[in-house]
Amino acid sequence: MTDYAWPDAEHRTLIGKRITRVDSPVKVSGQAKYTYDVHRPGMLYGKVLRCPYAHAKVVSIDTSAAEKMPGVKAVHIVQGPGANIHWAGDDIVAVAAVDEPTAEDAIRAVKVTYQQLPYLVSDAEPPQGAAQEQGPLSMDDIDDMLDNQVPSQQMVSQIQQYGITAKPTEEILKMLKSDGATDAVLDAIRAATVHPGAGTQTKSNYQKAAAQTLGDPDKGFADAEVVSEGVYGIPVITHCCLESHGSISEWTDQDHLFTHISTQNVSGIPGQMAEPLKIPATNIRVHQDHIGGGFGSKFSPDRWGIYTAELSRKAGGKPIRIMLERDSELKVAGARPSAYARVKVGAKKDGTIVAWQSDSWGTGGPGGGGMPPIPYVFTIPNQRKQHTAIRNNIGPARAWRAPNHPQAAVITMCALDDLAAKLNMDPVEFFGKNLDITKPRQDIYREELAIASDLMGWKQKWHPGGQSQSGGMARGVGVSFHTWGGRGHSSDCDLTIHPDGSVDLKLGSQDLGTGTRTCILMVAADTLGIPLDAINLQIGDTNYPPSGGSGGSTTIGGVSSSTRRAAVDARDALFAKVAPALNAQPDQLECVNGTVRIKGDSSKSLSWKEACSKLGAMPLTVRGKNPDRSKPPDLTNSGVGGVQMAEVEVDTETGIVKVKKMVAVQDCGLVVNLKTAESQCYGALIMGISYALFEEKVMDPGTGRMLNADMQFYRLAGLNDIPELVVHMMTGKGYDERGVIGLGEPPVISPGAAISNAVANAIGVRVPFLPLTPDRVLAALGQKAGA
Amino acid sequence: MRNDDPNPKDSKDQPDSSGVSRRDFLKISGISVAVPLVASPRMVMAAGEEVPVHGPGKVPMGFTINGKNYKASLEPRVTLLDALRDQFELTGAKRVCDRAECGACTVLMDDKPVYACSALAIEAQHKAITTVEALTQDGKLHPVQQSFVEDDASQCGFCTPGFVVACKAFLDKHPRPSAEDVRRGLSGNLCRCGTYHGIQRVIAQMAEKGA
Ligand code: FES
Ligand code: FES
Repeated sequence: MTDYAWPDAEHRTLIGKRITRVDSPVKVSGQAKYTYDVHRPGMLYGKVLRCPYAHAKVVSIDTSAAEKMPGVKAVHIVQGPGANIHWAGDDIVAVAAVDEPTAEDAIRAVKVTYQQLPYLVSDAEPPQGAAQEQGPLSMDDIDDMLDNQVPSQQMVSQIQQYGITAKPTEEILKMLKSDGATDAVLDAIRAATVHPGAGTQTKSNYQKAAAQTLGDPDKGFADAEVVSEGVYGIPVITHCCLESHGSISEWTDQDHLFTHISTQNVSGIPGQMAEPLKIPATNIRVHQDHIGGGFGSKFSPDRWGIYTAELSRKAGGKPIRIMLERDSELKVAGARPSAYARVKVGAKKDGTIVAWQSDSWGTGGPGGGGMPPIPYVFTIPNQRKQHTAIRNNIGPARAWRAPNHPQAAVITMCALDDLAAKLNMDPVEFFGKNLDITKPRQDIYREELAIASDLMGWKQKWHPGGQSQSGGMARGVGVSFHTWGGRGHSSDCDLTIHPDGSVDLKLGSQDLGTGTRTCILMVAADTLGIPLDAINLQIGDTNYPPSGGSGGSTTIGGVSSSTRRAAVDARDALFAKVAPALNAQPDQLECVNGTVRIKGDSSKSLSWKEACSKLGAMPLTVRGKNPDRSKPPDLTNSGVGGVQMAEVEVDTETGIVKVKKMVAVQDCGLVVNLKTAESQCYGALIMGISYALFEEKVMDPGTGRMLNADMQFYRLAGLNDIPELVVHMMTGKGYDERGVIGLGEPPVISPGAAISNAVANAIGVRVPFLPLTPDRVLAALGQKAGA
Repeated sequence: MRNDDPNPKDSKDQPDSSGVSRRDFLKISGISVAVPLVASPRMVMAAGEEVPVHGPGKVPMGFTINGKNYKASLEPRVTLLDALRDQFELTGAKRVCDRAECGACTVLMDDKPVYACSALAIEAQHKAITTVEALTQDGKLHPVQQSFVEDDASQCGFCTPGFVVACKAFLDKHPRPSAEDVRRGLSGNLCRCGTYHGIQRVIAQMAEKGA
């Protein structure tokens, strides 16, 4: 029986090692072509007129002047008179012209009138009594959700939870599909419980979900000897990909589209464009070499991807480039939902946590949003939870690295940290004591907590809150825990060995800068016993076998598994051809160091090239797949644990927080490339420092617009904000044999909570909400002084 | 430019004697509309000074980029960055913020780093422009680039060309930089993926070698 299992440590030549990224040279030399860099012959440039109001109805549009301007090649009304607009910056009219300045002039010549409507852009705590129970969904509600770009998963869970008001006809389902409903959503609608007659009341902005309980919360709090109460939260932030969203689309004939698009989901794009463009998915070719950041915001072609193609159609099929301007990128192309909570949590005097109660709220824009998974990591035996989703007009939410987890970590770890402070316990001791309720990962956390404490020097650095101050500078340390799933997505790949010894590997995947290309090559080269550069890897095109979207830390599991299976099968097929020449049975052969030889016997060997010549005239191609139950074992896994610690210094005069050191200890099963895995963790810590200290999408209640839609006031961490960073990957026994698990999400979950806890430890009082800006720090210090 | 940077990169967005900055240009562009289409500049009074006004139509321009001559007919409002990327297909410098906030578009103008998004093409004539593409000679990476590769200082890579050019210019000026030099000199570039740790290693290693 073929053995697909990952080789053990002694038999790995590349897997698990520290290998330099293969696509760095093209990136550092400016040769890497991103979608934004694609220049097609005769390319036109598109610009977009956007609605300035947070909530409005389009009354009239006059494009006649723009259409007459020299150099303008196509004008397309995206949302015409009568359309309801739910956020400032939504697309109204797109134009294409011979160059950007002309397109800008044309946009200025378009006249639109709006009827302004009342709006809400706040996500402050819902006023008493404002929240309404969420009821069953009407088809209009579902259409609204599609219009508001509510993520498919969230729609499915709402449909399952609340049911629908009437059974839809196939016609309506078809209409929903052309409005962008995924198959998962349509299936959920078909399977939903019908509650006829419900859902007629007008919708409040505040939707209260059913309360959830576990165990006996009343008894839990009665048993608690110490109870801590607090409010915690994390605002809406943006993705701020440095390469904005967008595409270059052209029609190669009447009904064939070729699109270059900045996407995390190359193989998944045609299926989403087919229905709106009324052509079969097979007629859509997608290509992308490199992507300048996605972070969860680039799975769909988006409204602008569709109208770029429509504009091109109107311009006789000419290529048209529309890449979002920076302000639009920040306003409309991605936001992480906020989450806040009033939390009460109780423990025994010895630190055993017994009860949790939370009233949470938050917004994901017009679609509302769900409750983050609180209490996070620690399954507290008695719980009562209530969540209110705020629907407002700040723009649509998108998955942001580890959706809902950073929010859950801040709310949970900060509340528990305050409880530890109230118990006068060192948090490491307190959390360590409660690890039994982190099942099934208690052993991983225990091991990681000890390593992290050592690397941080926690014992020397921790003092009770507010007690390490000198000269107006306060120092503190904090800790947080996180988890994530990460099982490999579906992935197909084709591996071809040519008779001259060259090797092709093709799959429709993408490398987000995580090192996917390098990892795929490492798996293939390790399996075939040839160097990385002996394999010609091609990704990023719908002409190659489909591979899943890069989300939820599922890429590495998917592509490493499909690649491993293809390489093992190709290798074994090659052995069958080569065995007679070596007077051996195929199962006696191995490939090592660029040779095919009898196991352990280097005297009976053929060079890779000689061996491949035995294939005859035709190349050998095999398809590898993940998942593939016919080819056990499962090479990927799910469920990781990580512990992070932060050390900060707070200037109590100015309120400025400086992170001094961060430690990340992370498990992700079998690490394919240690070097890029560590980089992924460093990057996540840095992104975490950025959202902990600086980032917030600030909305203006007076105009309904985003106030900081640029990179000066939407502040990202810079080189100077980065302290000493220590990353420790858990590898070896107990980890390697779990198989490959993704790493994109886990390390970005904890920094906010760890830094907030460190600040609380430094100044002896909680700053309730991220980002931990000077004004908030000073306000917390002021409250403490006044208390 | 980050607002906490006390030492803005030399000459970025600064007017010099031979022309107008982008901001000045925007201030006076209202006037230029009234000026008839002419190929050579007209002098008008703006903010109490005589300034040349070009356009608003296309103007023939010539550039020296990476030691080669380039010609194009461009409107005066076109930035150096857009000319490089859209006219000459030198796409190493990236357009990210398009307003002097992130450094992704950094190129050298007479050996000084500038934000190409915030310099007008028309003003970049008669200056020696160097883009990231020129740092690699005969397929051999510049030592700074090589160090970026080895230290894994690039993830998605979109900020990388700007950072490479900024680091090279910085190290040329400060071969053995102090922490304070780094703080002042490299705060004008931003990365979303979080490659700063790798970039710190690049700087440390290059400094050790004396750059
Ligand atoms: S694009 Fe020029 S500084 Fe950001
Ligand atoms: S590497 Fe992605 S923005 Fe810097």
